Amino acid sequence: MQPVISVRGVNKVYSEGASQVPALFDIDLDVAPGEVVLLMGPSGSGKTTLLSIMGCILKATSGSVRIAGAEVAGLSEKQLPGIRLEHIGFVFQGFNLFPTLSVGENVELALDLKGIGGAKAKHEARRLLEQVGLLSKYDTFPTDLSGGQKQRVAIARALAGSPGVILADEPTAALDSHTGRSVMQMMRDLAHQRGRAVVVVTHDNRVLEFGDRIVRMEDGRIVTAADEVSKIPPQWAIATEVQPPSQAC
Amino acid sequence: MPPLARRNLFHDKIRLTVTLTGIVFAVVLIVVELGLFVGFTVTTSSLIDKADVDLWIVSKHTPYIEQGSTFSERKLYEVLATPGVASADKYIVRWAQWKRKDGAEVGVQAVGFNPYTGIGGPWNVVQGNVQDLKTPDAVMVDELYKEKLGVTRVGEVFEINGRRARVVGFTRGIRAFTTTPYVFTSFKNAQGYCQLGEDQTLFILVRALPGADLKTLRHNIESRLRNVDALPKAEFSNMTRFYWMFTTGAGVAVLIAALLGLVVGVVVVAQTIYATTMDHIREFGTLKAMGAANGYIYRVIITQAGISALIGYGLAMLVSVFIVRASESGGAAILLPWQLAVGIFFLTMLMCVSAAIVSINKVTSLDPAMVFKG
Ligand SMILES: Nc1ncnc2c1ncn2[C@@H]1O[C@H](COP(=O)(O)OP(=O)(O)OP(=O)(O)O)[C@@H](O)[C@H]1O
Ligand SMILES: [Mg+2]
Repeated sequence: MQPVISVRGVNKVYSEGASQVPALFDIDLDVAPGEVVLLMGPSGSGKTTLLSIMGCILKATSGSVRIAGAEVAGLSEKQLPGIRLEHIGFVFQGFNLFPTLSVGENVELALDLKGIGGAKAKHEARRLLEQVGLLSKYDTFPTDLSGGQKQRVAIARALAGSPGVILADEPTAALDSHTGRSVMQMMRDLAHQRGRAVVVVTHDNRVLEFGDRIVRMEDGRIVTAADEVSKIPPQWAIATEVQPPSQAC
Repeated sequence: MPPLARRNLFHDKIRLTVTLTGIVFAVVLIVVELGLFVGFTVTTSSLIDKADVDLWIVSKHTPYIEQGSTFSERKLYEVLATPGVASADKYIVRWAQWKRKDGAEVGVQAVGFNPYTGIGGPWNVVQGNVQDLKTPDAVMVDELYKEKLGVTRVGEVFEINGRRARVVGFTRGIRAFTTTPYVFTSFKNAQGYCQLGEDQTLFILVRALPGADLKTLRHNIESRLRNVDALPKAEFSNMTRFYWMFTTGAGVAVLIAALLGLVVGVVVVAQTIYATTMDHIREFGTLKAMGAANGYIYRVIITQAGISALIGYGLAMLVSVFIVRASESGGAAILLPWQLAVGIFFLTMLMCVSAAIVSINKVTSLDPAMVFKG
């Protein structure tokens, strides 16, 4: 199985005025369709930085990042939004719903960004909300939803336009453990049943069971323990974390 | 596109009220000032614009209508003899002193025209008849200046420069830019009031034959008659307007006030649109992270500005209509022709959209990575 995200030799140095803050060192990571990768590690270890680079929100200082086989490391700031739009759905810790739009309109907005409008968008938004079990909340506004419901709307929104990759930064941190588990269950279903590549940054040990693979980070480096590598479902079997380099296009 | 712009705009009612109040104030200020400008401009040249003639013969280098100088009325016959001339009438506009019954003197402008043709005479006559001005001593004034001139009704008798002046009628809405009222009377009377010589005139108003070439006619008249200019109506009108509006600075003052209105509008609207943008900055960050191009976000912000402009303009026009109505009977007319209303609509749009630029700059520099910060 070709990885949909392939990170090779990535370094990231933040420039803060005159000072340089190195955040990632020589990162190699592949994520394949159908797997849930949990990105864990202490605060400041670089999880969000790595997720942002995989999501084409940040540019790596050096190294290669391939999304669906295409190199994005050399792309300009203007080209990156297009890659995000096409390939990546985001889920955030704080949900980041649009509070003045109804649940249905939140999803429709994401579809509109991808050029899907009108009746087609309405139909598709209903389908996505049904998938996360919130069709009945179509006309409800986010303030009237529970945390878990908000996160499910956010997932439906992230799925708009069928991106191959779902990236989530601490999606359960603002939820109680029961709700958090149901959100993670949903993430796993997306991977296992719908073949999405799912990367979840988490601190939350209670959700470990939902990951197929745990990637541990420390001080900007990946330090995955070997015994954590092999919880991969047979139908999406992936040999190891490190794939042979994919061919250039 | 889901109605993000509209919802965000209407979400904060207080801020929306502030925005709209700012726009309404600015637009009303602009309407009043530009309306005054238009009103002034129209007023300065109304005698010229309303006289249905083609050429104004004035003594050479006359800069505007109030500055006519006398020349011999024998020129009238030379004009009439020029090929292409259909008719020509002598005409006077000159300062004179009007004496009220209480003895107070008021400056007026005596307007002497040919009451048999009516050319250059009063319009909007609401009481009396232009024909009544054929009688000696008969004058007509505007209702607006009744109080100033101490006139209450038709039939009252006053003095202009020591000669009898009997009011035979009233006009409505004929203002004088200088606030020195026009007193319409026959050419003969005006000669007397203004103490001109028997054979003197200030202007000759020329109508050309249908189809006559005005350029040629002008040239012919100017080469036959010495020491006069034969000015096409529009040219003399523009000269008079330009003199009063720009040479005296009167027009510049109102234009500057209009500009101030525009600046105030831009600042107020920029401020409130910026505050709205900052309130929703996280949403814009989310949009960016989701892959929205900058153009998409600009559209949201500009739509907000546009909706504000639309509502603000509508409200401002309601207010303006009342002000324009009220000004009809006041000292200075505020005119709001439809072209000005349309122009101000686009000005309002421009004002609001340029006010959005500050917000657009903010969003352009927004780092989508902000979405991952707690
Ligand atoms: N915009 C930035 N400018 C400068 N330094 C940054 C910036 N963002 C992150 N860093 C630094 O990069 C390192 C990695 O940060 P990152 O946010 O990726 O960590 P994290 O693993 O997500 O931490 P947490 O669990 O607290 O979210 C940290 O040392 C952090 O201070
Ligand atoms: Mg983080």
